[in-house]
Amino acid sequence: MSTLVKFKIDGVECMAERGTYIVEAARENGIYIPTLCNIRGVKPRGSCRICTVLVNSRPMSACTTPVTDGMEIINDTPEINDTRKSIIEVLFVEGNHFCPSCEKSGNCELQALAYRFQMMVPRFPYIFPNKTVDASNPKIIKDHNRCILCKRCIRAIKTDDGKNVFAFKKRGMKLEIIIDPELGDNFTDELAQKAVEICPVGAILPREKGYQIPIGKRKYDQVVIGSDIEKK
Amino acid sequence: MATNVQDIITKYNKDKTRLMDVLIDVQSEHGYIPKDITKEIARELDISHVDVEQTMSFYHFFSETPTGKYAIFLNDSAVANMMGRQKVKETFERETGIKFGNVTPDGAIGLFDTSCIGMNDQEPAALINGRVFTNLTPFRVKEILRDIKDGKAVEEMYSAAFGDGENRNELIKSVVQNNIRKKGPILSEDYTPGIVIWKKLPEMTPEQVIDEVKKSNIRGRGGAGFPTGLKWEFCRKAAGEKKYIFCNADEGEPGTFKDRVILTERPKLLFEGMVIAGYAVGATEGIVYVRHEYTYLKNYLENLLQGARDRNLLGKNIGGIEGFDFDIRLQFGAGAYVCGEESALIESSEGKRGEPRDRPPFPVEKGYLGMPTVVNNVETLCSVVKVLLNGGEWYAKFGTKDSSGTKLMSISGDCKYPGVYEVEWGFSVKDILEMAGADEDRVQAVQVGGPSGSLIGPDEFSRTLCFADLATGGSLIIIDNSRDLLTDIVLNFTEFFVEESCGSCSTCRNIPNMMKLKLEKILDARGIAQDITDLEEWGKVLKVSRCGLGQTAGNPILTSIKNFRHLYEEKIQKDKDYDTEFDMAAAVKASCEAAGRIPNLN
Ligand SMILES: Cc1cc2nc3c(=O)[nH]c(=O)nc-3n(C[C@H](O)[C@H](O)[C@H](O)COP(=O)(O)O)c2cc1C
Ligand code: SF4
Ligand code: SF4
Ligand code: FES
Repeated sequence: MSTLVKFKIDGVECMAERGTYIVEAARENGIYIPTLCNIRGVKPRGSCRICTVLVNSRPMSACTTPVTDGMEIINDTPEINDTRKSIIEVLFVEGNHFCPSCEKSGNCELQALAYRFQMMVPRFPYIFPNKTVDASNPKIIKDHNRCILCKRCIRAIKTDDGKNVFAFKKRGMKLEIIIDPELGDNFTDELAQKAVEICPVGAILPREKGYQIPIGKRKYDQVVIGSDIEKK
Repeated sequence: MATNVQDIITKYNKDKTRLMDVLIDVQSEHGYIPKDITKEIARELDISHVDVEQTMSFYHFFSETPTGKYAIFLNDSAVANMMGRQKVKETFERETGIKFGNVTPDGAIGLFDTSCIGMNDQEPAALINGRVFTNLTPFRVKEILRDIKDGKAVEEMYSAAFGDGENRNELIKSVVQNNIRKKGPILSEDYTPGIVIWKKLPEMTPEQVIDEVKKSNIRGRGGAGFPTGLKWEFCRKAAGEKKYIFCNADEGEPGTFKDRVILTERPKLLFEGMVIAGYAVGATEGIVYVRHEYTYLKNYLENLLQGARDRNLLGKNIGGIEGFDFDIRLQFGAGAYVCGEESALIESSEGKRGEPRDRPPFPVEKGYLGMPTVVNNVETLCSVVKVLLNGGEWYAKFGTKDSSGTKLMSISGDCKYPGVYEVEWGFSVKDILEMAGADEDRVQAVQVGGPSGSLIGPDEFSRTLCFADLATGGSLIIIDNSRDLLTDIVLNFTEFFVEESCGSCSTCRNIPNMMKLKLEKILDARGIAQDITDLEEWGKVLKVSRCGLGQTAGNPILTSIKNFRHLYEEKIQKDKDYDTEFDMAAAVKASCEAAGRIPNLN
């Protein structure tokens, strides 16, 4: 019995395995839906809301919603794209992002999305929050100024026995990421490296390393984010 | 007296999903949750320390630092302010010498703000070490503080007689008043507990129960209005080793307090409703998630549950039905409005921060501990008992075509008779105003459905309460023309959402605050026409948030712009159409301060 389902994205007939999340299903059909908090292979948690699409005219996060037979998905419209752009702007103004001085510049997904959506001046006022840099961990530096609270580190980084190393603290505007002092201190090099890589922005940086790839030669210096999917 | 942390942890079988209960017990025992204890909890439950911190720091009533021997939480809802909260607050501050958010140097008294505590019909109100104090006045505050000075126990600090009905019960002993103003099938005294369990269930199959509920056309009373029969059917059909019935008694929507009255006066009806739901979907366990603010009802409710077990209305082979086992426990919250959202409520009951889940999957497929779960409002579950008792068709005769039955309305604000009214769906706002003794000539607005609902003006008072017109979870706040609508209501409600967002979505974490700042700018006469447009546009972005909280967080501002646009237009600067929002003088001052120079603006 075939488990393929048929659905439409912006009127284009698509097919994918039943249960595939819309984002993945779209990718398989050569359609890019922007994502930020999502990471392939880790259980999704719709936090950033940038992947919002309309399913039967209702906004849904494409990274958490599985495709079903006959689903009609609207993805690429001026309204949806403007909502996405405003989300990127929100993320910029809620933190302190000084791209030219950030080690992640060029490899940063937030920055890359801002280019893709041609963000110029954000429509929202800058908050300039007072945030700190946590350098207490022996292997990584946690810069709260740049954290977009995407929860990737919480979801993806666990100890061998499955314990959480990262967690949220507080709620609302006071929300922040904390690192378990004990478990964090015992980070293996691999786990620390994974944490650095999993962070879409420059909020988790390795200690005593930096600029190994020169600016100009980094991932999104040459190509627009998402263009690899659209080329297929 | 002090219970050892170990005992508390053992009481909950070292089960990490009971972290909320552990923290609640530690908090009430110590007045705060010290770091060495959180470490011990993490070790004993075999979880990371950050897991404990994550849950603990989420809830308003958990504290890392001492909250004072007498922790005073004064309600900060719009209605509390309308009823004179400001003077009460000032008196507390003056008499204790501290500001809200602090504890006196001797550690005796802590003063804190808190979101609506479900007492809008008797404001200003406060919780002191979990006990409710209502109708506060500056005089009363001084009395309370004198009692505290004398070292009186909180239980001894009431000066008025206990409230009506069960509020006087030996196990409650509270000054809270029910203020029941109109009764219908739910609030009616004509009810014999256990009657459906003994007389009806044994003769019905679970499917027949679901059919009867479907026939009644009853829709959920928690706000969203999902057909109850259908929800039960989904859950019945979902695969799972175990199934659960949750009663949502979080009642956090400011201005809503009808579930408080049901929990006080008709808890047996609620428990029976849960048993019926359990029978219908094939569940074995029921959990009532009760908001922290109603902890004063805990002993009373626990005692009734025990009574039901003794009478075989809970436990094994209930009502003599072979193999029908069902029991109920209480789960308390710790101060988070978002936990009323059904999936956040489940997360919280699993010991986690109350962060709503992504849906699908819905709780009926994957709910508590991953098992199929029905979440129903208190009132929904109560109504179902009457549906089964008298038949679905009987029930469907009440109300309107698309909204059958009766609805408990929590009415507060500027009216003579605030309280709970059980009315048939289809009542108009005008009827309600008349019933509640509001001076209609003076009413300028009604907030329907709490902050997440809408603010309407007199030209809409002929609209009716029902799902097709004005849907509501049951709160109506009447606002007369002595109030400054934008400051007293709209700003307060917007601040509520800023305070209560779980913070997970980029949108809901930030935009309500940005809208609040912009509203303040307008109120401060610094606004321009573009600001109103911005508010409307920004509000739209909130609609893509994960849960109802974020999706409705813009409503106070959006519905007031829609219905009271003139109030905004009056306040903006008419001669100015562009605003840099840059204040040169302030910027120079700040930079001079940072650099240690004296400003020279000439
Ligand atoms: C932020 C938020 C808060 C909510 N608070 C409550 C609540 O306090 N009580 C309630 O019954 N439903 C509340 N709900 C609705 C629940 O998610 C859910 O729809 C309801 O409990 C289902 O019960 P019903 O079908 O009987 O109405 C809330 C929803 C949201 C989004
Ligand atoms: S530290 Fe990085 S991965 Fe973790 S929440 Fe912040 S931005 Fe996301
Ligand atoms: S909408 Fe708000 S409360 Fe709901 S999940 Fe998102 S951040 Fe949390
Ligand atoms: S990528 Fe889907 S919500 Fe962030």
